[in-house]
Amino acid sequence: MSGMKVSLPLTEQMIHDLRCGDQLLLSGFLYTARDAAHKRLVESLSKNGKLPVELKGQVIYYAGPTPAPPGRVIGSAGPTTSQRMDSMTIPLLEYGVKGLIGKGSRSEEVKKALVQYKAVYLAATGGAGALLAQRIKSAEIVAYEDLGPEAIYKLEVQEFPVVVINDINGNDLYEAGQKAYKRLI
Amino acid sequence: MRRINVEVITQNIAEMCCEANFNLGKDIIEGLTEALKNEESPVGRDVIQQILNNAEISSRDGVPLCQDTGFAVVFIELGQEVSLVGGDLDEAINKGVREGYHRCYLRKSMVNDPLMRDNTGDNTPAVVHYNIVPGNNIKITFVPKGGGSENMSRIKMLKPTEGESGIIDFVLETVNAAGANACPPVVIGVGIGGTFETCALLAKKALLRPLQQVNSNVYYADLEKRLCMAVNCLGIGPQGFGGRITALAVHIEAAPTHIACLPTAVNLNCHASRHVQRIL
Repeated sequence: MSGMKVSLPLTEQMIHDLRCGDQLLLSGFLYTARDAAHKRLVESLSKNGKLPVELKGQVIYYAGPTPAPPGRVIGSAGPTTSQRMDSMTIPLLEYGVKGLIGKGSRSEEVKKALVQYKAVYLAATGGAGALLAQRIKSAEIVAYEDLGPEAIYKLEVQEFPVVVINDINGNDLYEAGQKAYKRLI
Repeated sequence: MRRINVEVITQNIAEMCCEANFNLGKDIIEGLTEALKNEESPVGRDVIQQILNNAEISSRDGVPLCQDTGFAVVFIELGQEVSLVGGDLDEAINKGVREGYHRCYLRKSMVNDPLMRDNTGDNTPAVVHYNIVPGNNIKITFVPKGGGSENMSRIKMLKPTEGESGIIDFVLETVNAAGANACPPVVIGVGIGGTFETCALLAKKALLRPLQQVNSNVYYADLEKRLCMAVNCLGIGPQGFGGRITALAVHIEAAPTHIACLPTAVNLNCHASRHVQRIL
C-alpha cells in the first residue's frame, strides 16, 4: 500500500493541498459513526448544539466493526456505504468535522458542503476489514454504547490507507476515474 | 428413510458461519488474481492487491474478511427420503447461526423489524430457502450476504418485447447506479423469468455458482460473457476509483415465465462473495 503519510487531525494547510486521487496513509485518531449514531448526533446538534464527543476538526469513519475477539484491539473494520449518511452529514460539516471516510459517492448537496466548509471525503477499501483492522492500534467506545456495532468508537490508527475522493475544489474521483476508463460498447 | 438429528444441522451451520466469513473461496481468489493482471489503473491494482492481502490476513488471523458478516442466508436441499428428528428444523438452523456468530465474533446485523429496528443481538433470524429434492442427503449452502451490495440490487418487470437488449440495458443501469457502493469488483447474479419473487431468488442462486463456471445453456453462457464485457466497459473499476475491472463475472439463471412477463432481477455481490456448502 502506497501513499503519503498524513497525521491527524488534518491541518488547514493539508486540507487545502489534498487533491482527488491522492493516496494517503493516515495516523492519529478517527471516530466511527454510522446510521444510528448519525441520527443521534444530528438530533443532539439540533437540540442544544452539543455533541457527546468533541468532533470539531476531527475525521469521522463510517464503520461498524465486528466484535473484538480476546487479545485483539478490534475485529474486522472496513468502511460502510456513505450514501446512507448523506442526509445527516451537512450539520456535522457545519459544526466543524473536517474529514469523512467511507465508500461510495456522495450527494450533490454533500459535495457542495465539502467545498463550502472546507472538508474532504476519503474512501477506504470496502471489504478489506481484516487488513484495515491491522492498522488500528487502539479502540475505545466513547458514546452510544447501547448501539452495539453502531456505537461511536475512538480509533487510534497507524498508516491507515485511504484515497481522496472529494477535495475542497469540488473534484470527484468517482466521476473523474470512471470518465478516464469508460469505453464505448 | 434416513434419520438425521437436527442437532447435526445446528453444528454444521455454526461451523459454516465461521468458515464462510474467514475464508474467501478459491474461485474468487483466482478471479481476483486474474483481475490484477488485467487491471490497467494503478490505484485499481493497488485495491485488488489489498483485497487479496485481506483474504490472507483473514484466514491466517481469524478476522472476518469484511465487518459486514451479512444476513445469514441458508439454502437447504432436503432429500425426500430423509426424516428429520430431534426438533424443529427452522429452529435448528437459527440455533446454528446464533452459535456461529457468537463463537466467531461475527457482527450481529439483524434488526427485529424493518421500522422498529431493534438489533436481535444474535444475527437471527436466518433467511432460509427450502427445496425438496430426490435422494437421502441434505445439502446446506451458507451465504453471508452483505447489506451494501444487497441495497444496490434491483428487480424490474420488463416487457417481453424488450428482450435481450432490455435486459442488457437494465443490468448496465443497475451496475452504473451502484457505482462504488456495491464494493466492486462485483459478482453479478441475474435472474430472468419466473414470477416477481422467483426471479429475485434466481438472481441470488446465480451468485452461488463457482466464479469460472458458465451457464450450461450455450445461449446464456454467451450472454453472460457479453454482459460481463459490457459492464467492464463502464469504467467504474475496483472500488469505483476508475478502471477496467468492475465485475469478476456475470451469472444468469433463467426460468419459464408467463406470456405477458419478462421479470429480470439483478443481485449484486461485493468482491467478498462468500458461500460454503456441505452435503450431509
